[in-house]
Amino acid sequence: MPILDFLYKPKNELEKGGRAVAPVQEDQGEPEKTCPNCRKSIPLSRIWANANTCSCGYHFRMSARQRIGFITDKGTFTEMFRDVKSGDPLSFDGYRQKLETVRSASNEEEAVICGSCEIGGIKTMLFVMEPNFMMGSMGSAVGERITRTFEYATANGLPVVGYTVSGGARMQEGLISLMQMAKTSGAVKLHSDAGLFYLTVLTDPTTGGVTASFAMEGDIILAEPGATVGFAGARVIEQTTRKTLPKGFQKAEFLLEHGFVDAISPRRYQRSLVSLLLKMHCGGDAL
Amino acid sequence: MNGIDAYDIVKKARSSGRYTGIDFIKGIFNHFFELHGDRRFADDSAIIGGLAYLEDKPVTVIAIEKGHNARERMQRLFGAPNPEGYRKALRLMKQAEKFHRPVICFVDTSGAYCGIGAEERGQGLAIAENLCEMMTLDTPVISILIGEGGSGGALALSVADRVYMLENAVYSVISPEGCASILWKDSSKAADAAECLKLTARDALSLGVIEEIISEENMEQPEFFTELRDKLISELDSLSRDPEMLKKRYQRFRAFGRTEQDI
Repeated sequence: MPILDFLYKPKNELEKGGRAVAPVQEDQGEPEKTCPNCRKSIPLSRIWANANTCSCGYHFRMSARQRIGFITDKGTFTEMFRDVKSGDPLSFDGYRQKLETVRSASNEEEAVICGSCEIGGIKTMLFVMEPNFMMGSMGSAVGERITRTFEYATANGLPVVGYTVSGGARMQEGLISLMQMAKTSGAVKLHSDAGLFYLTVLTDPTTGGVTASFAMEGDIILAEPGATVGFAGARVIEQTTRKTLPKGFQKAEFLLEHGFVDAISPRRYQRSLVSLLLKMHCGGDAL
Repeated sequence: MNGIDAYDIVKKARSSGRYTGIDFIKGIFNHFFELHGDRRFADDSAIIGGLAYLEDKPVTVIAIEKGHNARERMQRLFGAPNPEGYRKALRLMKQAEKFHRPVICFVDTSGAYCGIGAEERGQGLAIAENLCEMMTLDTPVISILIGEGGSGGALALSVADRVYMLENAVYSVISPEGCASILWKDSSKAADAAECLKLTARDALSLGVIEEIISEENMEQPEFFTELRDKLISELDSLSRDPEMLKKRYQRFRAFGRTEQDI
């Protein structure tokens, strides 16, 4: 043993010559998310197992695919009108590039997914908007897909269930986006005039041109707890009126109180509620 | 730069010297009688509605009114309708349908009123209901954008068989200032946004959003209104004889944004 060894303290395992076995990685547990309502950290698997809700009742946002998996009977969903995609009708500065970026980041082609499915054994058309695609904004493709969904439902005597989440009309498609409000509303009206059932579920956030068209045109309108639903944005209202907004302004509960939604529908019971409402309108055995 | 042009038109469309809804009603119709209230909540002062003669034919007239001077503008809420305004308009349109009167709308708004009360009374729903009901309203409807055509607030009176725009009117999904502040976090770039948004009458015509541009060249002359009156008479006449009118109205709006990948 060299003479100075007793003065030398190795700083780590490597200086000591390394260990024969790699150190056991300390278990860091699974990734967690902090609930903005109760401030508790919840493991992701528990959030997912509870349809993206916290035990305190807070509803996290859900992607369209997650929702489809959550609401439809297993294996019954068939996607339709998938090839309808937005062009760039105004050649709007930077829009094409933005679309490309969003498409690759979200893994979706557009801000709504449509198709046929069964819910509680009842065949229905379904559209679900995607918050991760330009915040569900409505351009020509969103309008076209939803219009086709209603036209198909009208032609085949089917109900429509729609989940809305949107920042409003997509300004990069200008007037063509604005016209989608009239186009989708027309298709909803013809579906309604044919005596068919349309159920909307408003989710966080549903605003602008979508609120002012098909979101509010359901025969029955449900809203998820705490969802922001309104026409003008809260910040814009605050800036223009210079008034403090009342507590809970534009929340689902506010809309219920003012008579604009039929019920608040927590996800825990949502599947059975949607099934029940479909059954009541489309036959099937009574419960 | 071209962007300045579009924003110049925005400024013209907003200028207080322009003819407002009331001027068009006075210039074109006879015996206008105003009808008030939505029968649910209130009478909205930003929307004027009533009965009038178009030459010898009774019609229903609906106009968003901005007012000319500061006092009028305050009283008219700067032409920004509340839900009760849209509901009054819808009530009068349903009445027109019942009595087989055509409907003529004059649109001039920066947008639906933005406020706490408007949200509490369902601004989004009020617009949505008008879009639905106008699509199947069984009587001819003509809308004329005379100044600002601000988004859903303007569309709620523009689901029509024919939509015309004055030469210096604008029609847009969002104000250029709003667009600039969202896209570039800088509302002073409104002129660039105005160009991008394609909001002029010429743009709207080339996108197929309107049927015709009404020239403002003779605006100061009495012929301006006489010509407009004659146009309305002949268009309403051909619409009222068209058994396919409602189907065509649906197709008119159905055609926007049929993307190239048709099934």
